[in-house]
Amino acid sequence: MKSIELFYKTGDFAEDKDVARTIRITEIDSEIKNNNKVQLNFAGVTSATQSFIHALISQVIRDNGVKSLDNIQFKNCNSRVKAIVEIVVEYVQDGIFTEPNDDADVK
Amino acid sequence: MKIHIPNSAFIGNIESFLAHFDPNDVEILNVTSNQNWISIHPLVISMAMALSEEVKSINGEITCQSFNAKSRPYFLRMGLLDSLIQDHGHIIDEHESSGRFIPARRISTSEQLNQFITDMVPLLHTTPEQAYPIKYVMSELVRNVLEHARSEIGAVVSAQYFQKTNRISIGVADRGIGIMRAINQSYQTVNHKDAIALALRPGITGTTRKIGGTEYNAGAGLFFTKSIAKVSRDFFIIYSGDSFFKLHKTSEVNKVRLYADPNKDRAKFVDGVPFWKGTAVGIDISMDVNQDFQDLLEMIGNAYHLDVKMANRRKYKKPKFV
Repeated sequence: MKSIELFYKTGDFAEDKDVARTIRITEIDSEIKNNNKVQLNFAGVTSATQSFIHALISQVIRDNGVKSLDNIQFKNCNSRVKAIVEIVVEYVQDGIFTEPNDDADVK
Repeated sequence: MKIHIPNSAFIGNIESFLAHFDPNDVEILNVTSNQNWISIHPLVISMAMALSEEVKSINGEITCQSFNAKSRPYFLRMGLLDSLIQDHGHIIDEHESSGRFIPARRISTSEQLNQFITDMVPLLHTTPEQAYPIKYVMSELVRNVLEHARSEIGAVVSAQYFQKTNRISIGVADRGIGIMRAINQSYQTVNHKDAIALALRPGITGTTRKIGGTEYNAGAGLFFTKSIAKVSRDFFIIYSGDSFFKLHKTSEVNKVRLYADPNKDRAKFVDGVPFWKGTAVGIDISMDVNQDFQDLLEMIGNAYHLDVKMANRRKYKKPKFV
């Protein structure tokens, strides 16, 4: 299992979406695609924004399906971080289970 | 352009400031102020500095009535005097109380935002628990500007702690494309008021119409920010184009309810005000409210989920019985 220590990349307040996206692309995507497990370790992270968590995991779930959540572990989340992760995981699934609108993404 | 800084301009009475705002002729900025004691929201400071920075960026002309002795130290401390008047020659008196405020500054990059958030909290002397929503709001609002606004001057931010009312006030202003142009990349709103209403809904972003957003944008930042003000039972305002939405305070006797649809909020939502090129946001966060940030997040999550469920329900077709 690959473990990712987020504090060393984000500091105690995880809010930088560029950092989140880089972690996702370079460290999470390939592991999940290969059906490996990833552990996101939030030790030392006291709070995060919804935008950060969204940039970190939403596309992974969309690309690999809801089952990919079985391969992502969220470790050492305090109650605030946990609440944000739950919000994001829930609305990403809302999107997956909803018929998409016919309009394509804007480039 | 003309602005007049009145004796008092907070979110509750922001109309007194907007009534004297003339957005015409962007190459000239004329600033006047009340000659008595001035007490204003950081939103006004951020907006005034945004105008000043924009005029300077195009080598325009700024004329500024000299501030009197009572108001000058405040403008000096909040960074507005430096922006409006070059070489004004005034310095901060070291013996004056430093207060608790974040002087206005421009943020144009992610690195500057990171540094700003790091610098900000110690200056406001909050507890860590009080700091979470403040950091959250700053991050979401400024990232909105950096990602969507295309503002040449970036975001102008400022904040202040008001001891008498025990609240933190935050102002963020930009001079970019505004909400309507940003949201109309994916939607077809016909006026600024409709665009603001849409932007405040969770899950709505200018980058896609898909529920849940794109890989990079969920369209939830403004909804979270409005919700933080609501749970704090305090004011929130968002102003773009010729319209603004102003969330009123929530009475202590009423239970706080979060609505995905801003039209259900107890708020003033008007158009026909002087045109603000870009977006300006002000928020007050009461330090008296003992609402745990985690509880707040759970309330936001519930409101978000319910809205998506309702939206889904509307997608299902009903049989037509004739």
